[in-house]
Amino acid sequence: MNGSTGSLRHRMATSLCGLAVVVSAGTALAAPPAPTDVRAADVGFDAGSRIRVEWNAVADSNLAGYSVFRSLTPGEIAAADRDSRVAFATAASEAARKARAAELVAEGVAPEDADRQAEQAAVEAGAAASREWRPETAEGEIRWTLAGVADPVDTTFDVDKLEDAEAYSFGVQAFDRDGAKSPIAATTAPASSEASAFDAKRLPLFLMLALLCGTVLLFISIARRGKPLKIRTIAGLAAVEEAVGRATEMGRSVLYINGIQDMDDLQTVAGVNILGRVAKIAAEYDARVEVPTSRSLVMTAARETVQGSYLSAGRSDNYNPDLIYYVTDEQFGFVAYVSGMMVREKPAACFYMGAFFAESLILAETGNSIGAIQIAGTAMPSQLPFFVAACDYTLIGEEFFAASAYLSGQPDQLGSLKGQDMGKLLVGAILLIGVAMATVAAVTNSETISAGVSFLKNTLLGT
Amino acid sequence: MRRTVPLWITAIAGVALVISAFLPATRGWGEDVATWFSILAAVAFVLGGGNLLKVHLRKISDRQSGWGYSSIVLACFFATLWVGLFKVGVHPNPKYPDVAYSGQTQGIGSPFWWLYEYAFKPLTSTMFAMLAFYVASAAFRAFRAKNVEAVLLLGTAFIILLGRTFAGVVLTGWIPADGAFAGLRLENLSVYVMQVFNTAGNRAIIIGIALGIASTSLKILLGIDRSYLGSGD
Repeated sequence: MNGSTGSLRHRMATSLCGLAVVVSAGTALAAPPAPTDVRAADVGFDAGSRIRVEWNAVADSNLAGYSVFRSLTPGEIAAADRDSRVAFATAASEAARKARAAELVAEGVAPEDADRQAEQAAVEAGAAASREWRPETAEGEIRWTLAGVADPVDTTFDVDKLEDAEAYSFGVQAFDRDGAKSPIAATTAPASSEASAFDAKRLPLFLMLALLCGTVLLFISIARRGKPLKIRTIAGLAAVEEAVGRATEMGRSVLYINGIQDMDDLQTVAGVNILGRVAKIAAEYDARVEVPTSRSLVMTAARETVQGSYLSAGRSDNYNPDLIYYVTDEQFGFVAYVSGMMVREKPAACFYMGAFFAESLILAETGNSIGAIQIAGTAMPSQLPFFVAACDYTLIGEEFFAASAYLSGQPDQLGSLKGQDMGKLLVGAILLIGVAMATVAAVTNSETISAGVSFLKNTLLGT
Repeated sequence: MRRTVPLWITAIAGVALVISAFLPATRGWGEDVATWFSILAAVAFVLGGGNLLKVHLRKISDRQSGWGYSSIVLACFFATLWVGLFKVGVHPNPKYPDVAYSGQTQGIGSPFWWLYEYAFKPLTSTMFAMLAFYVASAAFRAFRAKNVEAVLLLGTAFIILLGRTFAGVVLTGWIPADGAFAGLRLENLSVYVMQVFNTAGNRAIIIGIALGIASTSLKILLGIDRSYLGSGD
């Protein structure tokens, strides 16, 4: 009985081993062939950090795609080895600590004392493990990292986020729908990326910018030659003089808030430009302009601007630098100060010109509650509804940037506004063309027009 | 000279930033300009601090109304500066337990952290919380149906507010979710208004802003608009 059972077990084991060999051989046979002629080269006319990998397509009806690998750089290998060594040593140290602590507890040592006494064993085990640790791959062997996955129809793949001038090897591995993978086919020579003199991806943006700037300059030149230009009335700017005049009549101050961003934000610069115009009107009316700022640089710039305005108005004696002062960089600290000041001093006119965030409504509502005439201007779309709801006049987006030119009334400044309008015409035309093309592409399923829409969206407007 | 030098600095820095956006070889220029700005801003911090002291010390010395608050501002300013600058009560870094100043100033449990967590944050949160009341009062004024535009605004706001609450879902829940009129359910209508009307309006504003930024930048770079230097004419 025992003999026949043993024989049966032996036969079953042999059959199972045979089955395993067949399955293994079947899997090996089903794996797609490795791609051939894998080559890599720097992508030209780009900002660098990108290499194009190419290979010959694999003929396999079950192919699901290609995994593209790149070699790790020496720096990345060192970092990975360091992490691996630390993890290995830490694990060994912890295991030794637990084992030694358990031994000590078994010997009758109190658990808290056992932990402390096991520390030495943990340190020694960690140090030994760190010395024993060896990298998983042999020295000189390429260490791969997955760079991306390509579709089965693709034979090229752009690997980006590379370090320029660093030599990389690339490997491509085919895989099928069953998950079988080919061996990695590597490039024969390493490749490195470099930045070109001009980034071709930015060419459309450059051309659009050149066209827009050219239009602005053309209209400035036309204006300088004396051709009259008609600019529509902007209610908010027409009300500036009225607001300053009201403050003068009431014997109260004009409050000017220049946003809460620094001078590297163009909204702040635009706000300072408008401050120059407002201060000049205030100087002529002999009104008091108070400018609390949330950035030191803005305070310095605002002082220069207001001083220049008083000078050009012929009232330099009336200029008081102490009315332009720094409060705090902190958003709500600034709001707390300005709101309190508004309630206490009740300025007759409040200007909010610059970049604002959550504080916009707090300031504007406080100004509304004290009955001040309020004019706001910002290029923060999310804050515009708050200003519209709480202020008397709001300069929306482009009006805010046009304000300085509008208030100056100088021909060349007004010419720039006309140039801006031409830019709007250009954008409008591109919009109409894009909408028409997208509609036609959707109706006709034309691949050519779809490619055109894609070019408009991703290349022309996508950079 | 006082006008010319800043104009040149502005023009050179601006042109460097523009060029660095298009020529990869000059990418470092933009970063250099940004670094210079950071250095300037750091120096200006001293100016800001000096100005803060000047303003509040004058208030205290002149016994102006509210001078007591100025003394509180200065006391808090110096206390925070002292605690932060001298790392008062900072726990040493575990790597260097014997070095008194090796810990982080804002490390958990340090006095600076305590000031931030239990004095600064509650104060700023209080200010931020006031926004809810201001939104209510502004909405009350904005949504008064005075004319056709205000009625449209009120109607849209009504749809959006209801569509984002459970009440809106319940009110129009009787409309079949997969029928031809599913778009009239308040939750779908509010999404439609936000995605179509709101996005379209926002994009129009953003295009205008982009053009305004390009035009203003050009005027500043070329020195056509010098009003930020106080010389508009």
